[in-house]
Amino acid sequence: MASLTTPSRASGPAGYDVEAVRREFPALAQAVNGHPLIYLDNAATTQKPRVVLAALRQYYERDCANIHRSIHTLGERATEAYEHARRVTQRFLGAGSAREIVFTAGATAGLNLIAQTFGRMQVGPGDEILVTAMEHHSNIVPWQMLGQEKGARLVAAPISDAGELIWEEFERRLTPRTRLLAITHVSNALGTINPLRRLIAAAHAQKIPVVVDGAQAVAHLPVNVAELDCDFYVFSGHKIYAPTGVGVLYGKSEWLERMPPWQGGGDMIRSVSFEATSYNRVPYKFEAGTPNIAGVIALAAALDFALQLGLEASAAHEERLRQLATERLKSIPRLRLIGEAREKVGVLSFVLAGIHPHDVSTLLDQQGIAVRAGHHCAQPLMDRFGVPATSRASLAAYNTAAEIEALAAGIAQVQEMMS
Amino acid sequence: MPDWRELYQELILDHNRRPRNFRRPAAANREAQGFNSLCGDRLVLYLQLRDGVIDDIGFQGAGCAISTASASLLTERLKGKTAAEAEALFRRMHALLTGVPEPEDPAQPELGKLQALAGVAEFPTRVKCATLAWHTLHAALAGGQALVSTEE
Ligand SMILES: Cc1ncc(COP(=O)(O)O)c(C=O)c1O
Repeated sequence: MASLTTPSRASGPAGYDVEAVRREFPALAQAVNGHPLIYLDNAATTQKPRVVLAALRQYYERDCANIHRSIHTLGERATEAYEHARRVTQRFLGAGSAREIVFTAGATAGLNLIAQTFGRMQVGPGDEILVTAMEHHSNIVPWQMLGQEKGARLVAAPISDAGELIWEEFERRLTPRTRLLAITHVSNALGTINPLRRLIAAAHAQKIPVVVDGAQAVAHLPVNVAELDCDFYVFSGHKIYAPTGVGVLYGKSEWLERMPPWQGGGDMIRSVSFEATSYNRVPYKFEAGTPNIAGVIALAAALDFALQLGLEASAAHEERLRQLATERLKSIPRLRLIGEAREKVGVLSFVLAGIHPHDVSTLLDQQGIAVRAGHHCAQPLMDRFGVPATSRASLAAYNTAAEIEALAAGIAQVQEMMS
Repeated sequence: MPDWRELYQELILDHNRRPRNFRRPAAANREAQGFNSLCGDRLVLYLQLRDGVIDDIGFQGAGCAISTASASLLTERLKGKTAAEAEALFRRMHALLTGVPEPEDPAQPELGKLQALAGVAEFPTRVKCATLAWHTLHAALAGGQALVSTEE
């Protein structure tokens, strides 16, 4: 693993050895429909490296026990590995304390937790919750549900044709009624990177707390929650090489301490009688029931993997591929690229004139190329661009320039097949 | 390995490029809307039904080649047929598209051109594209204004 970024003959300009990275991912070495797999659906979920698979095996084959309650060797090992994962995650996000890290089932679960606890304290009748036009449904619907419960209004800041927030329009929507800003770090459908520091500073200037949906960011750019000064940050493990069903909620401890628990059950309590229950301390107060122990332990392996890869190095690699892909796709006639923000990650959404994205997906899949077709859980955004759906190719650290060339050739072939 | 040519037969591509009956009949008295929540595709199917006979039929909307061709072939086939015949064909098509083996039954409606849609059964992610128009037909025949979703 340590050799991944050391120079070798296969290295790119920055000494990034993508072939060595690829060897860590067993699933990449397969044929699909008679062609080598070209996996370009990383915004949906990433493939898993050997170290993550090994962490799952180690837990299930050797250390399988419940945590925080079993006084025996296996229980101690499992608990230690689980709490070690909390410290790894803390360092990964640059959080001040491991107590600010809550393990969840994913970004969606994290956002719902915040809406149902913090949101309920924070928002009242006539208040406004500000989101943006580029949010994933999971950063819209929990706030809408909260708004309905509390009689508050959901407001969406608009975006430009390039897919960027319009600063003046955003600022105008920070009103004395705004009680919360919930915003994505990176758009899953456009790839846009939002200027978080500036947005958060503007919100904080008006004492508005900020919830950040980091689902699409963590695998593609270094994140530091202390520098961002966000109040909450959530992400899903599976989009950064970890298994599905595990995620992270970072919250400033001053908020976490004041928030009520979300779900009740074991582990989140200090003592229970039929008259009253006193709650466990932060973060355990938010982790009711037996969590996804194997998933959390494997998440730590995934975050370590990403750090060893070097997020700067893999981001630079992905950026080179993004530029190549943008150039190639733009030279294809009758292809419209959707999302051309100045700051963006390797997400390429496009539509082909006269050919529906579903047909594009099926035909690319016949060539072994996996892309996503659909509304990407962002229907308001699709409406904004006047399309029912797009095709989306999304990059990860293990993609190659040859795969981008194959995608471009594949699209041209789809046009030929459907003409 | 399923072959894309089984799915995108020339007949399908032709009906996608030039959908038949892509309009709202002036005297339509039944309509239903079909919605594929997976991809956001929508189509509206219109029937002009008189004494149990489909005098005219048309559809509108935007969808993939499979859903457009399926709707187009449906309208072409059902003009002038009875509601009972349409229902029988709905059941036959549903079985065909979802890959349910059918018992030999001489009373079953002939597939004819609709056989071209059979390839979809090999592509599980695309079955709903093909069934959307047929579910919408079923709803329109059942009467009233209905919104059909592929997510039952
Ligand atoms: C921007 C964004 N937010 C939230 C989510 C939800 O993540 P999950 O389904 O893992 O909870 C996704 C996943 O697609 C996403 O892209």
